[in-house]
Amino acid sequence: MAHGHKLEIFRGLLKFKSNTQKIWGVLVFLTIVTAIEVILGIFKPAILTNTLVLGMKLLNWIFIILTLVKAYYIAWDFMHLRDEKSALRRAIVWTPVFLVLYLAFILLVEGNYIFDVYKDGFMKWDF
Amino acid sequence: MDTTVTTEIKGSVWGGGNRPLGASYGKLMMWFFLVSDAITFSGFLAAYGFSRFKFMETWPIADEVFTHVPFFHGNYPMIYVAFMTFILIMSSVTMVLAVDAGHRMKKNAVIWYMFATIIGGAIFVGSQAWEWATFISGDYGAIETKGGRILQFVDAETGDRVALDEFAKTIADERVAHEESNGIWYYGESTLPTYTVNEVMEGFKANPNVVIQTETINEEGEKTVLSRQESLNKLANASQVVEGANLIHNEYGSRLFADFFFFITGFHGFHVFSGVVINLIIFFNVVLGTYERRGHYEMVEKVGLYWHFVDLVWVFVFTFFYLV
Repeated sequence: MAHGHKLEIFRGLLKFKSNTQKIWGVLVFLTIVTAIEVILGIFKPAILTNTLVLGMKLLNWIFIILTLVKAYYIAWDFMHLRDEKSALRRAIVWTPVFLVLYLAFILLVEGNYIFDVYKDGFMKWDF
Repeated sequence: MDTTVTTEIKGSVWGGGNRPLGASYGKLMMWFFLVSDAITFSGFLAAYGFSRFKFMETWPIADEVFTHVPFFHGNYPMIYVAFMTFILIMSSVTMVLAVDAGHRMKKNAVIWYMFATIIGGAIFVGSQAWEWATFISGDYGAIETKGGRILQFVDAETGDRVALDEFAKTIADERVAHEESNGIWYYGESTLPTYTVNEVMEGFKANPNVVIQTETINEEGEKTVLSRQESLNKLANASQVVEGANLIHNEYGSRLFADFFFFITGFHGFHVFSGVVINLIIFFNVVLGTYERRGHYEMVEKVGLYWHFVDLVWVFVFTFFYLV
């Protein structure tokens, strides 16, 4: 909306004086998150790659969660969904979230199944 | 709850009189487009996930593929993509500042912020073109087996990758590229690789400190390195030399990896390119004072939404292609 920006992020923990300040604040936050991702991606700490959570490396979970955090702040503050009506916000967010979760679930399960067929069902496929 | 049924009806609720979402038609339609585009990109990324899960044990490791930075020699995984990500986030920030300046009707600020956004977008597209060029031309070269698997060469002691020209022999009197002027049916062929399979084989036999690295990922999460004898056995299945990557052959490993790389980053790069073009059009409109006369800068806000969306998609592509 044109006027009346909500100037709080982190659930009110951080309140900015103006919209411009909030934008720079969000940039600093996104940069820090990206830097953490890159550092973890280069060094790949063994503790994080050896721990499996729900069948996936803990490191990958961290990457995905940090990505969603970044996506949240881009959508909420840069695309100013924070200032839109909640009905619009929900229509925009939950429709893709539902469809993507569904698609990712069926495709990944299927991919994993085919992997098993290749691995156990054939004498050899990798020549 | 700021979304409730309107109890007082001013004027007509028909003909667009009632606005439950409080957003203009144009903005709402931009969001419709962005949601559907988001689902398209999700489809691509989910397909990537499917293929990756299917070939979980042989998928290329992104850190070993994207290791170059322009003007610097050496092995710098991730650095350049991180730079590209930062450029895009930065241009998102100047875009949102332009929108903010537009709300306050500051024409000159909008002009400069939009200008910076366009420059950022151009740098990003240029970087992506460079990334593509590097990926296509390849760096070490590899052998493709009859089964379509990729065999790469490493130093037996250090474990570093060895390029084909470091050990392949040059054998005279090999075949030359067939050009269309020589053929009866005027069919040419693409450029031949620098070395033939035979030259690589002979060079391999003559260099005892070179061994083969297969596509298979071992338990430490690294590519499997074979012993000298196993390498020689593997090499007996060689069918051709692969240098660089295209849609059919890929020296980095699974060819699907190259296909998805071209498809997903290409589709995203096309979005960035269109974003730059749209931003340019709006930029000139701002300069000409179109929105000043219209009384509001909502158009800047709408292209801004598209621009942030491009950034949003890149955040996901970055994670699923380069990090995970």
